[in-house]
Amino acid sequence: MRLTLPLLPGIMVFGAAFGAGAAHKGLSLFEAMLSSGLVFAGAAQLVSLALWQDHWSFGSTLAITLVVFAVNARMILMGAALHHWFKTASPMWRWFSLYLFTDANWILGVRYHQDGGRDYGMFVGSGVLLWLVWLLVTVPGYLLGALVPDPKTWGIDLVMPIIFAVMLIPLWKGRQAAVPWLVAAVVSIVVMQLVQGYAFIVVGALAGAITGALMPEAQPDV
Amino acid sequence: MSDHWLEPLGTSWGALLALLCMAAATYLCRLGGVWLMDHLPPSPRLRRALGALPGSIIISTVVPLGVMGGPAALIALVVAMLVMFKSRRDVLALAAGMVTVALLRRMGF
Repeated sequence: MRLTLPLLPGIMVFGAAFGAGAAHKGLSLFEAMLSSGLVFAGAAQLVSLALWQDHWSFGSTLAITLVVFAVNARMILMGAALHHWFKTASPMWRWFSLYLFTDANWILGVRYHQDGGRDYGMFVGSGVLLWLVWLLVTVPGYLLGALVPDPKTWGIDLVMPIIFAVMLIPLWKGRQAAVPWLVAAVVSIVVMQLVQGYAFIVVGALAGAITGALMPEAQPDV
Repeated sequence: MSDHWLEPLGTSWGALLALLCMAAATYLCRLGGVWLMDHLPPSPRLRRALGALPGSIIISTVVPLGVMGGPAALIALVVAMLVMFKSRRDVLALAAGMVTVALLRRMGF
């Protein structure tokens, strides 16, 4: 929970940037808020703006849906990685709380679980807070438009990558356990060069997981 | 189809349907991995794959973004990891990384 707070300024600028982008693209405030409230996934929302239409056909609806799916496909793997925690929650509670699943509370959850935390409320509480903030900042972003700073000027676009990189350190379990990471790094860079979009995350992560599966059982003293 | 109540909201059935499809696709991604793991038979191999997964997801996100984001991004990521390694304080490491990238971007990197 403690870590949700330092993440908020960056997330607020991002949410406001989406609001500003939505206004620029001609979405109504109602549509921008629906996007933040229902889709609730920053990268996918921003990408979807590029495909936004004034008149929707079957084709353009399908296209935007597939692109959003592709951007968010990484969450399939993230959910699998935290499955041992999710399965401790009752089914109803789990299906509700997964709606609040984002990069931010995933990485916080990985860390929390690693440190021995088992309270599922941490995940839900962090998710509710992020959802409320995300939805609310869409409004000033939409209304103030040009006054919202470009996230890139202050490096706000790097909040999630930096927090991800920081969280890697406590996950370090010796050289043998890092072999899948090396494979993931190489594969993701290659895929990034070859394929447009966010496929590099999913392919790289899968390559790392498969490497992990093929390796012999880790020796405790490595 | 009646849409006179949609007009004050500045929206249309087409836009609403698109937003609902986007939301459904996203929710499917949120549920998909957890649902899949409910239905895969557990095995030592799967357990090892899942053990390697969090770090692999992080690496596959951060390394390409660092490479793609230019020197400022790369240096900031390394600074943040070094501070975390030395201090084990994640808030401090995040702050160090953010200050680094903000300064470097200001300086034109």
